Parts: sequence; structure tokens; C-alpha cells
Amino acid sequence: MLLLAGTIPDPGLPLIYGRVRIKDDRLFIGERPFYLHRGTPSMIGTAAIVCHSLGLEEPYCVIAGDIGKGDGSKLIYNYLAENIHTLKPTVCSFHYIMPDLMLHHKLFCALKNIEAKPFLVADAGYMYIAKMSGCADFYDLFTPDLGELAFLADENSPHPFYTRGFIFHRPDEVEDFITKAYKTKGTPRFLLVKGHTDFICENGRVMKTIDEPNIEALECIGGTGDTITGMVAGLIYGGHQPLDACYISAMANRIAGSLANPTPATQVMDVIQRIPEALKTLRKEHFNGRQENIKTHRDG
Amino acid sequence: MKGEMKIRRLFSKGSEKYKEGDFRGLLVYPSTSDVILAEKILKGEGYKVRVVGPPPHLRTGCDLVIEFPLIEQLGIERILKEKGRAPLNVIPISDEILEPIDLCQKKDFGDYLMIRAANMKLIIDKRTKQIVNISGGGCPDVPYLAEMLIGKNLKETPSPKDLGHTVCAYALHIAYEDMLKEVD
Repeated sequence: MLLLAGTIPDPGLPLIYGRVRIKDDRLFIGERPFYLHRGTPSMIGTAAIVCHSLGLEEPYCVIAGDIGKGDGSKLIYNYLAENIHTLKPTVCSFHYIMPDLMLHHKLFCALKNIEAKPFLVADAGYMYIAKMSGCADFYDLFTPDLGELAFLADENSPHPFYTRGFIFHRPDEVEDFITKAYKTKGTPRFLLVKGHTDFICENGRVMKTIDEPNIEALECIGGTGDTITGMVAGLIYGGHQPLDACYISAMANRIAGSLANPTPATQVMDVIQRIPEALKTLRKEHFNGRQENIKTHRDG
Repeated sequence: MKGEMKIRRLFSKGSEKYKEGDFRGLLVYPSTSDVILAEKILKGEGYKVRVVGPPPHLRTGCDLVIEFPLIEQLGIERILKEKGRAPLNVIPISDEILEPIDLCQKKDFGDYLMIRAANMKLIIDKRTKQIVNISGGGCPDVPYLAEMLIGKNLKETPSPKDLGHTVCAYALHIAYEDMLKEVD
């Protein structure tokens, strides 16, 4: 099972869980529709697209309404802590969830105690708390942007808000941040740093960089990092090795961005709509020939 | 008493940062929203306070605390109590504490301008002053703020600090204030 968890900015939305499908550019969990906006819906939507492209079962989602008060996040933490051992996911992606040390600890203990540890992807608020808890190396993949990378590299910082080093960074400093973040246990084994150049890393070493096609306007479009997180989770669930999955996701995001011909005012929906075509473009090179040895995460 | 404090503050204008040896305290609240409201009250009353990161033993996740000069503790506590915003705890501090980012980075995209503060980016259409995108951040109110602010005129919309509840909202507010200065 591919399990995706995060909040939706709807204060009245209760805890909802179940399989997700896409219909008419909207997400459906049961009969309940959600727009493919930035944040958790972007992550879920792209993961669902990848699963559909690979012929996999639909992702299982856990969502709740939260506008920053932490109420919906609490429902998600508690639900996962109490049910993760019966859900038995093989890949999990945790996303826009309020950083909360106590609740994270509860979920962390539950994750530690399940029989087969899933591949754990973290981004956004959940990545912040995973690092702040000092347990980043328990997770498998973080997908930070440059500002968040500087935060991961700063062992004293509890939030990117307090990290000064990156704002006038030079490109050659990024590798230093990656090394430092890994050495100080601020990152897991795999890291996909999203930016003007994407850095794909394992054990604190840069294994691959991607800087083409370069679509400047993508930096402005809220949700274009969420799409990468969703794609990489779907691809790893589909059996791709983490480094390959990071590469395909970063490339597909750039291609989809290029196809959308965006301006800084473009919304992420326009990029998400191009992801199937972008994946198709990459499919010949990366999808074929790997299906035989890609059972690890799908089958547990 | 209030008048007295206002006169004293007239002579203490300038940087809100404290000098070495100043006695400082922290006002601790259960949530970032409470911190934002208390800060608004105290600044409205003219107090020299600032929002900072809590020391490690007080961190719970998405945190801010208010730093204030200890000498003004009584007045500050009285005002907050009167307004129904008494803090959970008041503690003295002597150590260095984490300072929030106050530097913004601008990027010009021709008809559009992006301002980044910490992990948050605010983008406007320079021609119409309309907010066209919000990017970055990780707390749950970021998508909410995007829904509330995108499509609105920068000068007519409520501020991120009035709508948000988290440290990310606070960072977006810094970008928003910088953008307001930029378009004036």
C-alpha cells in the first residue's frame, strides 16, 4: 500500500481516509471531491497519476481539515499512530502536517514497532518535525528546497524561519549544506533538493544534478515542490530505486512545467495536468526494462 | 502608569534588539496564533518587544515566543491580562536565543515581482498589485493563506499575520510587509 497523509485547508473537514481516484481534474476519496490545489492535494494528485500510469492500485490517503491551528493534524497523527500496524503500507509520504514533537513521537514509536518498516518520505511540516525530533535518519527520503536544506544543515534551528545562511547562498555552497545536513543527522539516506538545480543525494553525497529544462517561473508557482514529492512516492511504490525515482520526478516536473509554458501567475493545476504527458516522454528511457526488478516496495 | 511607559519608550526608539547585559524575559503561549495576537497588543501599546524562537527546552514544534525587557514585566502582564491574553508562562532568560530571519530577497520577473522571506515566497503582478502566487512553507496554513490571498490586491487584503496561525504565516507576513514597501 502507498499511504499519503496531510492536511487540507478546510476548517470543517473531518478526518477522512480511503483510496483516492482522479476524475474530471478532481480528487475523490469515496464520494468526497477535492480540488487539485497546492499542498497535500498536489502531492496526492501526482502520486495518483503515477500509480495510474504504472497500473498500480490507488493510493490510500489520510487527510483532515487544518488551517494552521493543528486540530486536523492531531487527528492525522493519532489515526496513523493507532492504525499504521494494520494498514501495513510499504511506502508512506507525510506532508503538510503541523510540526508537533509529542504527536510526532507517538507516530514515530508506532512506525518503529511495525513489522516491516515502510519506505518513509517526508516533506513540508512533517519534514520539519522529523528533523527537529532528531530522528531524521529514521526516515528514508526528504524533499527540501534550498531554504529547507539550510534548515536541515543547521542543528540549532527548529524551523526554516530561523535559518539565515541560505538566503544569499552561492550555488557552490549547496553541496556543503548537503554534507553538513547529513553529518549532523539532519537528513535521511536519500535527499532530493529542489531548486534551480535539483540535487539527488545518497548518504550526504550528490549522485546527480538536474538543471534542464530550466523554467524560471516554476519557482513562483506554489505546489510545484508538492508534485515532485507525490511523484517520487508513487515511483518508489512502483518499485523504482529511490535515486531513479528522484531523477524521474525532478525531470518530469521540469518537462511538465515546460509544457505548461507558465508565467509566475500560473497555478499548479496547469502543471499537474501535463504530468502524464511528461511521464510518457520519460517512459521509454526509464519505465521499460525495470518492471522485473521493481517489486521491493510494492510487494513489501 | 501607561503615560509614564509611553514617555520612556519615546526615549528608547531604534533597534528592537537588546544590548548585552539587558535583562530579558520570554512570554510563552500555547500556540503561535496567541503569540501573534499578544505581539499585536503589545506593539499597539508601544512596548519594545519582538518575536523570537524559543530556547530548546521550550520547543514543542511550530513555536514562537515574545521577548521583552524584564523591567517592563508588570505593565506588560497587566495589559495582556486586561485584554484576555495572559501568557501561559513568563520566564527570564540570559542565553542567546534564535532570531527570526529579517532579510528578504527580491527577484524580478518582468511584470511580476517575487519577495522571499525565510522559506516563504510572495509573488505579485506589478501592473495590478494583485497577489498571483504564494510558494514555499510547510505548515498547514500555507495552502489556506494561498486560497485567501491569491487574486486579491496587495493593499486591500488582510495581512498574513491576521489570517495565519504558524511560523510560516509569520514569515509570509515579513515578505508581505516588504512587498508593501516595494509597491509604495
